[in-house]
Amino acid sequence: MEKNIRLGIGAMAGLLLLRNLYVILFNLPDEMEQGPIYRIFYYHLPAYFTAMCCYMTALVASVLYLTKRNLRYDAIAMSATEVGLAFAAVNLITGMIWGRVIWGIWWAWDARLTWALICWLVYFGYQRAKNSAVLSIFSFVSVAITYKAIEWWRTQHPGPVLSFRTGQQLIDPEMERMLYTNFFALALLAFVMVTVRLNQENLQRQIDGLRRRAHAL
Amino acid sequence: MDSRNIQFMFWGLAVAWGLLAIYVVMLAARESRLQKQLDSLKRMLEEKQ
Repeated sequence: MEKNIRLGIGAMAGLLLLRNLYVILFNLPDEMEQGPIYRIFYYHLPAYFTAMCCYMTALVASVLYLTKRNLRYDAIAMSATEVGLAFAAVNLITGMIWGRVIWGIWWAWDARLTWALICWLVYFGYQRAKNSAVLSIFSFVSVAITYKAIEWWRTQHPGPVLSFRTGQQLIDPEMERMLYTNFFALALLAFVMVTVRLNQENLQRQIDGLRRRAHAL
Repeated sequence: MDSRNIQFMFWGLAVAWGLLAIYVVMLAARESRLQKQLDSLKRMLEEKQ
């Protein structure tokens, strides 16, 4: 039953992503100054927000693990972090490709990019360390700094453009709508990935338990 | 328009889809490996008991 629900949501996410790809490539016009390359943003930004949601899930689960001492919360934090890392990698690499065309360089050590990389490395470290809820909680500081970096420092990275952050309509409403639609599709996909990964954590714990029993016999 | 612009756009989209596809394949492979391990451990324990 649970597997079927997961499959259904996964299929929905896949279909929505395919539909979005069609609209992004064939229906939406080029951006006036950047040309077609701006289409990368339909993955770059939603992937970043999806990764943030995953890290936020890991933060909440880690706090719950420390307060309730239930290993299931630790498993949720680990699963959400791993999926978050995949989406953050999409964000970083698509950003580099965009930067190569618009800035002429693959990477700039500006505040936003550097913090995004630090954030990825810190969560990668947490994911490798395992069972370290405290590290997961402290790691979230890097997520907050990455989010605010484009407001706190004058960076090479473009400033906020989405209306919920600026309070103004700086980009075409149709383009902004597609950013949210693709974020919804990626978030659905991430939800399915986290549940699959969580199931694997449970399988791993069952295996560890059986191994202990096998040694005791 | 610079032809590199379109070329890099396709690379960007390919990377986004490709990375997620690789991760899905990794998840599926891990799931089947864990399931196999669990089944073989269960069989082994049944035989021992």
